[in-house]
Amino acid sequence: MHELSLISNLFDMLEEPVREKNARRITRVKLQVGLLAGAVPELLKTAFDVYKKDTPAADAVLEIVEVPFHVRCRRCGFEKTGDDYIVLCDSCGSNDLEILAGTELILEKVELEVD
Amino acid sequence: MKTKQVMVLKDLLGSNNKIADEIRSKLTDQGILTINLLSSPGAGKTTLLEALSGSLRPKFSMAVIEGDIETERDADRIRAKGIPAWQIQTGGACHLDARMIGRLFPEIPADLDFLFIENVGNLVCPAGFDLGESLRFVLLSTPEGDDKPKKYPKAFTTSDLMVISKVDLAPMLPFDIEQARREALEINPRLQVFTTSARTGDGIPALSDYLIAELERLRRGHA
Repeated sequence: MHELSLISNLFDMLEEPVREKNARRITRVKLQVGLLAGAVPELLKTAFDVYKKDTPAADAVLEIVEVPFHVRCRRCGFEKTGDDYIVLCDSCGSNDLEILAGTELILEKVELEVD
Repeated sequence: MKTKQVMVLKDLLGSNNKIADEIRSKLTDQGILTINLLSSPGAGKTTLLEALSGSLRPKFSMAVIEGDIETERDADRIRAKGIPAWQIQTGGACHLDARMIGRLFPEIPADLDFLFIENVGNLVCPAGFDLGESLRFVLLSTPEGDDKPKKYPKAFTTSDLMVISKVDLAPMLPFDIEQARREALEINPRLQVFTTSARTGDGIPALSDYLIAELERLRRGHA
């Protein structure tokens, strides 16, 4: 359940925009979660709901966009996107693939209520 | 009252990764090779460290950071060998993070050769957290089964080296060493694979030679 520590990091990161914009509260938080990031969206949502109590995000909605794998073959340059783990290049059969997307855990944007 | 959209686009692990990079740069500047050990509980991380200490310590110094949810047991085992050890009790957290290592940093002797960090036994959560290590090892013990690399890919794709441990038990188990090696290399072609038995000492000299070569490489790079 390392989702809890990820959400704890998220709340640390939310302090800056709230302070900078002098916001009353946070209404929406949007994350990009790669399918290979090792974090489970459902568990992130549960952890978010536990953490948000008594914070400026108490009524906020957590939106999660899941990012598919995107790999490029280091041998032939062939690229492929998928929602499952890709280990072999469809074009040349090489297993030397570079992961270009699908491992990210990114706070994309925050929606704030301001005066 | 109005709403405002603020684009952030920052990594949720950004603060961890920043601390990890600072730790890595300090440790490599000091010429210390740091290894983060991942595995399931009971795969033999502490026993491997005990065995490695026998072949490394005549010439090299080492220290160990132990991560466990509770108890001081692993650090006690390492200290019994005369090796400096620090126990981090995570109190429930399923992995170490860079901040926990950073807090110990002032206590780590600057003239050390090897610093081993034994992560909390778990093939899932520790894989996501950079601790500032130079190398990441994942242990797979033969009783666990040879199908683990693809079931827990992140631990194997983020590691530099896989140790297949407890190979002395392999003849009694339905564990195919070549199958485990093949499966791991399919998802991480750059993985180095070693087989060890801490009980018989099989494979321990080869692994310590590898570590010594990596230490020399790190020091040449920072000379």
